[in-house]
Amino acid sequence: MGFDLDIISKRGLQFFGKISASISHEIKNVLAVLNENAGLLEDLVLIAEKGGTINHERFKSLAGSMKKQVQRADLIVNNMNRFAHSVDEFLYSIDLCETLGLVTSLSVRFADMRGVELCPLYSNDRINITTNPFLLENLLWCCLDFATTVTGEGKTVRIIVGEKEDRAWIEFAGLQKLTSMAPDIFPSERERDLIRALDAEIETNTGAGQFIVKLPKKINL
Amino acid sequence: MKKMRVLLVDDEEELVTAMAERLSLRGIHADWATSAEDALSKLENNRYDVALLDVKIPGMSGIKLKKEMEEKYAGMKFIFITGHGSEADFRAGSIEAGPDYYLVKPVDIEELIKKMNEVTEK
Repeated sequence: MGFDLDIISKRGLQFFGKISASISHEIKNVLAVLNENAGLLEDLVLIAEKGGTINHERFKSLAGSMKKQVQRADLIVNNMNRFAHSVDEFLYSIDLCETLGLVTSLSVRFADMRGVELCPLYSNDRINITTNPFLLENLLWCCLDFATTVTGEGKTVRIIVGEKEDRAWIEFAGLQKLTSMAPDIFPSERERDLIRALDAEIETNTGAGQFIVKLPKKINL
Repeated sequence: MKKMRVLLVDDEEELVTAMAERLSLRGIHADWATSAEDALSKLENNRYDVALLDVKIPGMSGIKLKKEMEEKYAGMKFIFITGHGSEADFRAGSIEAGPDYYLVKPVDIEELIKKMNEVTEK
């Protein structure tokens, strides 16, 4: 394998921009909800000051909603921070399940827009691999992005992770429409660039409605 | 004076419910929907002066939803709300959508009412 550094500018920056824009969009949504809840609290206080009745339950529910939004924002910012740090080092040992969890969280909004649920079906056992974390995140994001376009009636992408000898693997299943759409559009040139850089493989099983990404436990430069 | 009727469409339920309550406190009849399907079904039995549409809602883009709503009820006016970084950012990608106004989240309620009055007076 030859590591093509151009891939960072060619594919990586595009990915970084897309995720950053998505995160800013999510934060805007949280701010919008907080803004309306705070505005409504203000309205209700003004009414009370003018002699109207105070609905304590409504106050409590608005405060609860605001706390929930703060927790949501905290999760978004934590994910953003983890994502930003994935470019800190070129190559290092990561827990595949943890990385997949992060990419799944970053993909939820895109999946929601398509009415698709992402369903991780793996334990929290560590599967350590030495790789380029940022490019791996990019590849996994592309896989999830594609998978959400080929789900069947259930509109669910099942994600399963495992390891065998010197390889780790991730299975994306529940993709009943894979037959008609692959292999012409997936993996595209973008994914093929990432697969080469990560020394990975993608195995598609259209009959079973699934594809598997196989990764080396350690990539060599 | 006829009460203005508005349909708020955004997948953030806590946003549309609070906004609807605030509009109602200001004498505006506001219904809400959290999906394109829900919004279209509201139009089956109700008429609105204005629809406030999020640009990105599950099942259909706000732009496509606007077109479908226009087909159902020609006289309706539209205001888009967007979580894009700026109005200019949104305009650059969606100029063909042709809504009457764009507002960037978070939205100021008085600004929203001003825009609703402006579009319905057009």
